[in-house]
Amino acid sequence: MEKEFIEKKLPRWKWVVMILFPLVLVVASLFLGRYVIPAKQVVQILANKFFGFNFIPTWTSSAETVVIQVRLPRAIMGGLIGAGLSMSGAAFQGMFQNPLVSPYILGVSAGASFGAAVGLVLELPALVVQGLAFGFGILAVGIAYFLAHIYKTTPILMLVLSGMVVSTFFQSMLSLIKFIADDEEKLPAITFWLMGSLGSIKVKDLAIAIIPIGLSMLVIYLVRWRLNVLSMGDKESRSLGVNNELIKAIIIIATTVITSTAVAFSGIIGWVGQVIPHFCRMIVGPDHRVLIPATLLVGAGYLILIDNFCRLLTATEIPLGILTAVIGAPVFAYLLRRTKGGWN
Amino acid sequence: MSQKLRIKDASFGYSPHKNVWQDINIEVNEGDCLCLLGPNGSGKTTLLNCINGTFPLNQGSISINGRNIKTYSITDLAKTIGIVFQDHTAPFPYSSLEVVRMGRTPYLGMFETPSRADTALAYSMMEMLGIAELANNSYTQISGGERQLVLIARTLCQEPEIILFDEPTSHLDFKNQAMVLRTIRKLSENGMTIVMTSHFPNHVWKIGTHVAMLGNSGIVVQGPVDDVMTEENLSETYRVEVKIYESGMDNNKVRYCEPNFV
Repeated sequence: MEKEFIEKKLPRWKWVVMILFPLVLVVASLFLGRYVIPAKQVVQILANKFFGFNFIPTWTSSAETVVIQVRLPRAIMGGLIGAGLSMSGAAFQGMFQNPLVSPYILGVSAGASFGAAVGLVLELPALVVQGLAFGFGILAVGIAYFLAHIYKTTPILMLVLSGMVVSTFFQSMLSLIKFIADDEEKLPAITFWLMGSLGSIKVKDLAIAIIPIGLSMLVIYLVRWRLNVLSMGDKESRSLGVNNELIKAIIIIATTVITSTAVAFSGIIGWVGQVIPHFCRMIVGPDHRVLIPATLLVGAGYLILIDNFCRLLTATEIPLGILTAVIGAPVFAYLLRRTKGGWN
Repeated sequence: MSQKLRIKDASFGYSPHKNVWQDINIEVNEGDCLCLLGPNGSGKTTLLNCINGTFPLNQGSISINGRNIKTYSITDLAKTIGIVFQDHTAPFPYSSLEVVRMGRTPYLGMFETPSRADTALAYSMMEMLGIAELANNSYTQISGGERQLVLIARTLCQEPEIILFDEPTSHLDFKNQAMVLRTIRKLSENGMTIVMTSHFPNHVWKIGTHVAMLGNSGIVVQGPVDDVMTEENLSETYRVEVKIYESGMDNNKVRYCEPNFV
């Protein structure tokens, strides 16, 4: 009588591919670049640095700097930000019960852009500009959350609308800053910053960013089952014993820390947080227990891949935010057509 | 028979000065199946949402096992009361098993995911309701009646003492209605305490033990099905002339009613 039930599981090869995807790309990034370093030298530099080998250097010290201080942190930062944005997108899409939502929906990017623009106009040091971007990103989401909070609840619709209000406000303030900024130096600096880039990432930046982003990703990973329940709607999840307000607040805080940290270091990188969860849902299904780790892996690999295109396609780098949108929009269109909007 | 649910002098309104209903007193004993009838807008669903703890009462109290629901945590309430909402569609195509498994949520910590035992329980509930073969099917692609059964299985996973149903047969065709009603009756026969709202008075004779009729601002009449389900009461409640018909042999009598609209 007792029949053993076998649940459909994700085939192991899919996991293997997803895990290899970012790893291979990180390694590949070390070999690729405008500054030509023979592959053998790259291997020897890495072997000396990380595995205690003692190859006699046949390379210049700048070659070592390029591999260890430039390409490596940049690739890892790309992976971290890609993973963070994608996980945030997936978490928000679950929470908002809508597969089209982006992680910037509550106004974090608008707020951070404004903060950065203020810093750039005042010619503050880079670290302060990053701090302002981070702070205003958090502030924008805080305002949106506060506006949406009525009768001890934060209805999804109210969040979406207040996010729009906050975004519009900070975008207008950003326009104002641009309007008064001197157009010889500062306006281009703002414009370039807004396009998003990983070009200036140093080891130090990585060391700062990895803690908030890593911790927040861990939080999202831990509540991934609750995302399934939450996505059934407030009424249902409450009847299943979920403290909706608490879990929403946790998710909003975690995603906001991720996105504002990401924006502070890399500017606005659009479309990753929408496209990757969508794409992952197509290959691993909608269950957030699987979807969340999948977005982490695929998102990381994806952003490293795009960043490599940015570095290599043309003589001067293309800003990352441009390419993610140029590639993201048609990919998204293709996914929409293919899934016919149904995600089944 | 012990008292399961007690609603005492209850009033509720979305705004403080206008009550949807007031002075409601209902007692539900263990194993009862109470049907709530009433016209559109009489607040049947609102009453369920109050019992469920979603809306706080303006006045009065609701107790389960003699304890005011205000003193229950959200989690404890979910372990005590299950609710099957009206047919709805999920935004993501989870498998039916996944949806059923969500019923284990009140037993899981914030950071926990369901264990193998939870999955086994979820599957056995689906087996019990005869929908085990739907386990891997997408919840968004099964029929409305099957979806209701999945939601019932999910509710059973909560191991509740009371199950609330909000119009469990709305939008369903005859076959699906029969499937869902048969399931509810089986639960009732097995001793589950049930409160359900319905737009179909005929279903009361099929599965109800007690009935409460809601009118404009509260309960018009309540009691055991045979005492309360009269032409007079139904006509007063729905504010239209209702006729009751009987057919069949002595030991297999079927009663049904219809509004007289000619």
